[in-house]
Amino acid sequence: MIRLVPRSEPSAAWTYLAPVFAVALTVAAGFVLFALMGYDPVETLYHFFVSPLSSRYGVAELVVKATPLVLIGVGLSIGFRAGVWNIGAEGQLTLGAIFGGGLAIWLHDSESILLLPAMVVFGALGGALWAAIPALLKTRFNVNEILTSLMLTYVATLLLSALVHGPWRDPEGFNFPESRLFPDAGTMPILLDGTRLHLGALLAVVAVGVAWFILSKTLLGFQVKVVGAAPRAARFAGFSQARMVWFSMLLGGGLAGIAGLSEVAGPIGQLVPEISPGYGFTAIIVAFLGRLHPLGVLFAGLLMALSYLGGENAQIAVGLPTAVTGVFQGLLLFFVLAADLLVRYRIAFGSSPEAKAA
Amino acid sequence: MNAPTPRLALSGITKRFPGCLANDAVDLEVLPGETHALLGENGAGKSTLVKIIYGVLAADQGEIVWEGQPVTIRDPNAARKLGIGMVFQHFSLFEALTVLENIALGMPGERDMTALAARVKSVAGTYGLPIGLDRYVHDLSVGERQRIEILRCLLQDPKLLIMDEPTSVLTPQEVEKLFETLKRLAAEGCSILYISHKLDEIRALCQRATILRGGKVVTVCDPRTETASSLAGMMIGSELARPTPRDQRDAGAVRLEVEDLDLVSPEPFGIDLKNVSFSLRGGEILGIAGVAGNGQIELQEALSGEVPVEPAGAITIDGQPAGTLGPAARRKLGLAFLPEERLGHGAVPGMSLTDNALLSGYGPKRLLAPGGVIREDRTRAFAEEVIERFDVRTPGVEAEARALSGGNLQKFIIGREIEQRPTVLIAAQPTWGVDAGAAARIHQALFDLADAGAAVLVISQDLDELLAISDRLVVLHLGQLSEPLKTADVTAEQIGLLMGGAGTPAGADLGSETAVQ
Repeated sequence: MIRLVPRSEPSAAWTYLAPVFAVALTVAAGFVLFALMGYDPVETLYHFFVSPLSSRYGVAELVVKATPLVLIGVGLSIGFRAGVWNIGAEGQLTLGAIFGGGLAIWLHDSESILLLPAMVVFGALGGALWAAIPALLKTRFNVNEILTSLMLTYVATLLLSALVHGPWRDPEGFNFPESRLFPDAGTMPILLDGTRLHLGALLAVVAVGVAWFILSKTLLGFQVKVVGAAPRAARFAGFSQARMVWFSMLLGGGLAGIAGLSEVAGPIGQLVPEISPGYGFTAIIVAFLGRLHPLGVLFAGLLMALSYLGGENAQIAVGLPTAVTGVFQGLLLFFVLAADLLVRYRIAFGSSPEAKAA
Repeated sequence: MNAPTPRLALSGITKRFPGCLANDAVDLEVLPGETHALLGENGAGKSTLVKIIYGVLAADQGEIVWEGQPVTIRDPNAARKLGIGMVFQHFSLFEALTVLENIALGMPGERDMTALAARVKSVAGTYGLPIGLDRYVHDLSVGERQRIEILRCLLQDPKLLIMDEPTSVLTPQEVEKLFETLKRLAAEGCSILYISHKLDEIRALCQRATILRGGKVVTVCDPRTETASSLAGMMIGSELARPTPRDQRDAGAVRLEVEDLDLVSPEPFGIDLKNVSFSLRGGEILGIAGVAGNGQIELQEALSGEVPVEPAGAITIDGQPAGTLGPAARRKLGLAFLPEERLGHGAVPGMSLTDNALLSGYGPKRLLAPGGVIREDRTRAFAEEVIERFDVRTPGVEAEARALSGGNLQKFIIGREIEQRPTVLIAAQPTWGVDAGAAARIHQALFDLADAGAAVLVISQDLDELLAISDRLVVLHLGQLSEPLKTADVTAEQIGLLMGGAGTPAGADLGSETAVQ
């Protein structure tokens, strides 16, 4: 029988080496996988990992993809720490896009430099309002927030679709279900010439910094951790669970809203029916992959973005089937999580554990 | 030697957990018909050892010999097949089912309920364990629930019965009844392994005692020829520090006043509080006795503010109405609370001692800078101060709360509350599961606090503790309080009767009901 035995003290060095180890194992497994399928493994791996990062443009694309994942992942990780399971970030992202983007459409003649900041605020507001619905239902009627936040995602997507098919459709857009393009003053400035790298990336970095500060340095962050880890101890200390539900829902929703706004005001530039390839859901994986730690989320977001970018790249360059890129992404996640597990546990054989010093 | 074959013999049992050696080459021998005590401080390895005997845990090394045959006990089922029964500290009963249904659930294959009922009745009659088979478990007292668990074991005709701290939840009268049952069982040849840290009980009941300290067997002795303090000495390995007795002082001003407190319990099988009134003066220690499950949890929650109550005037702290306030606001008025559960309630298991110091100390100890930023240096200093003053044994302030032994964590929590200089302290089970040395220190700390002018309320099921430390006593029964009694004037028997319900109207009702049974 094989069992997992917790290590009394996980090695600090391995905690940081484990992800590197996992990437190395992924490369090795990918090598075998691609070779067995008849692709040149070296070339395929090159297109997966190296070529996306070999140009300035590629690096910028990586950051563009990681931006919404990190923004949302940071917010979700705080909620998950507090035991608040907001699964509906995708919907909050959509509402952020609708609120912020709506402002841009309404003020499409504006040239004010205040337009973009106002859109960011509106985006945050939209996402937070959408998240406030599950928060209210949770605190007032004890309704499970997993269900309500998830279901509201579909409502949000349909709402966006109705708006761009109907009242917000571009009058000069040949009947395509798209809004008009946002004015220049309502578009995220490009940070690096010749790329799509936009201001949203900076917002994501700021969000990581602020979240890290709140979590590790303030009573608010302490409350989040206590409410999640030991609800009765939180009651003992006088920390209100309802307040934490509100705080983490509004924060998570607000950040998802900003992510949505930064997508429509960044790479997309207008409202369209489909504004996200599921960033709100992927961000859940990012949050856990980053061990619910803001800095971890930053790296996890970049890693996820690379796996998507590399997958697309390999499909184009060597004609790798989509399913295989999916398998490869799965391998990467598998090895990261397995390495993580083995940092904290060791494998023991036999039914009675031999307790050698770990 | 022509000794009889031991019923159970353990040799060289070793069990390691990550970072701790719970049992280190433990030998234990229980003879047929013997009542054998397993004695030791918390963390000495008693629970681990009995879990190995009952098949809940597997030993890393060592041998178990059952009636002369080496055996491997894979799981509790295997243990029961051998004839080992165990009554746990925490019962596993379904509250919404009847006594008979609960017993039947523990006996798979038993289809004929009438036959089972007859068997249960005859066993109950033989061993003096009266119980109404059709009553619902949620209506039963803790003592009665324990009887169900014992009956369950006896129905399997056990040759060895393991009792884990059986009396911690019983009234003195119930303890006496339990002892009669156990003595009868032993007389019939059943062996009993009795785990406790109540030294007087062990001296009254057991023929031999195996004393564990730090996972090792210290000695095997005859408790009847030892004194309570010599046993305690062997258990903790040093002389007991006794708290200095307190002088009776003139009580100060009223610090905590509870008036007509009514509370409908939010839990499905909770106990409602009815007309609870008492007042507590500075410099005084008031004890609230009572069998567990008579409203203690509800009273603690109402007093700590975890469940605010209406009207505000139902609870007054230093003259300020506080009934509707939450825990943090009450702390500002000078209240401190010591919950009964250490891990998960009084402390966050996975957080460092520094963080746990912040948990209740952030307000009173001014551990926050403007904007709610934690002042890490002051928090750390506060944790270090508590560790030093209360002799908390820990590798350091960064150790996780769950890494501390029960007694050390309790010292830390009590120290954290007392260092905040409360004017009112509510302490629930302050020494539950704590070894004698730590208990003495905790009692001394409570005395010092009262001497400094604070009002101290101790809610405990340990009657000996209350008789030793409190100035006055009240008894909580079915959510109602008895009249306060001066501790100096009462006997354990009197209190025992009140705990059984003789002093409150609801208790009188129940008394007649039980008499009918």
